[in-house]
Amino acid sequence: MTKYSAARFALLFVVLAGILLSPVGVFAQVPTPSDDDVNRVAKQLYCPVCENIPLDVCPTQACQEWRDLIRLKLSEGWSDEQIRQYFAQQYGDRVLSEPPRSGLNWLVYVLPPVIILAGAVLVARVLQSMRKPVLPAAKVDVPLAEDDLKRVEEELRKVD
Amino acid sequence: METPQTHSETAPARKLPMWAVVLAFALLLGFLALIAVGLRRTMSGPIVVGDPVPEINMTTFDGQAISSADLAGKVIVLNFWASWCKPCEQEARELEEAFQFYKENDKVVFLGLAYVDTEPKSRGYLEQFGITYPNGPDLRTKVSQMFRIRGVPETYIIGSDGTLKFVKIGPFTSTQEIISAVDSFIE
Repeated sequence: MTKYSAARFALLFVVLAGILLSPVGVFAQVPTPSDDDVNRVAKQLYCPVCENIPLDVCPTQACQEWRDLIRLKLSEGWSDEQIRQYFAQQYGDRVLSEPPRSGLNWLVYVLPPVIILAGAVLVARVLQSMRKPVLPAAKVDVPLAEDDLKRVEEELRKVD
Repeated sequence: METPQTHSETAPARKLPMWAVVLAFALLLGFLALIAVGLRRTMSGPIVVGDPVPEINMTTFDGQAISSADLAGKVIVLNFWASWCKPCEQEARELEEAFQFYKENDKVVFLGLAYVDTEPKSRGYLEQFGITYPNGPDLRTKVSQMFRIRGVPETYIIGSDGTLKFVKIGPFTSTQEIISAVDSFIE
């Protein structure tokens, strides 16, 4: 083998190795989002045009365009949360099915349990105050009146 | 004879500590104040003709930031539209023609805001109708909520003094209708 052909062989080896080890296959393909994928995100959103109808079941063209946009974002590899954030930034927090947990919105999450807890405490206290007073042990052993005692003895005799 | 003993004694009622009462009332008042603020905001009506228009900020699809504060002294024609809105298509070309009519007149500014629209569709709509005046999304629907629009298209003409002069609900039917409306407010 001449020096020239050895160099050619080495070059060919390097090129082949480069092709085989190239990172072409490294990039993961994002699968085409299915309708279920789109609806999974869409059901967390509400279109302001047709209020109170979740996006996944809203029949208007505006909602269809929003679903198309969700599909586009999913195909670009966006996460559900990223898409939700995008829609909130574009159209306002009112399009979200759940208000974001920030600022005064925290009241929505904090107040109901606090009110329920306070109500439970109130009910417990009222029930406690309505309970019959418990007699002290010493006062339970009260002697019966004479008439009552006679009546009890008569009743017992009848039973015998 | 021993009389039966009556048992009228009850357990002493425990009172809530003062701090708890004060806290409960403070919470209640705070909650009522929040409801009042929300109601006031909800009940406040739309901007009507003659009212001063609050500052409008928008960013066009090309990234240009526009503020109505920088347009003081000019008549602003503000149009709300959407690519999914069929009636908007009826006036799209007319609005562009009116814009071209006033293009050399530095006293009139045309602005378009896409309402609840997706950017790719909005861009397609602008291209389809050859619209060249500044247009952008109504981010977070802030401006449309300010005007409490009922749908699209709606057009608002703001006078050079910053007050609302004219409201058009629905599409303009001709370029001349737009020009007539704008002309009456140019000083």
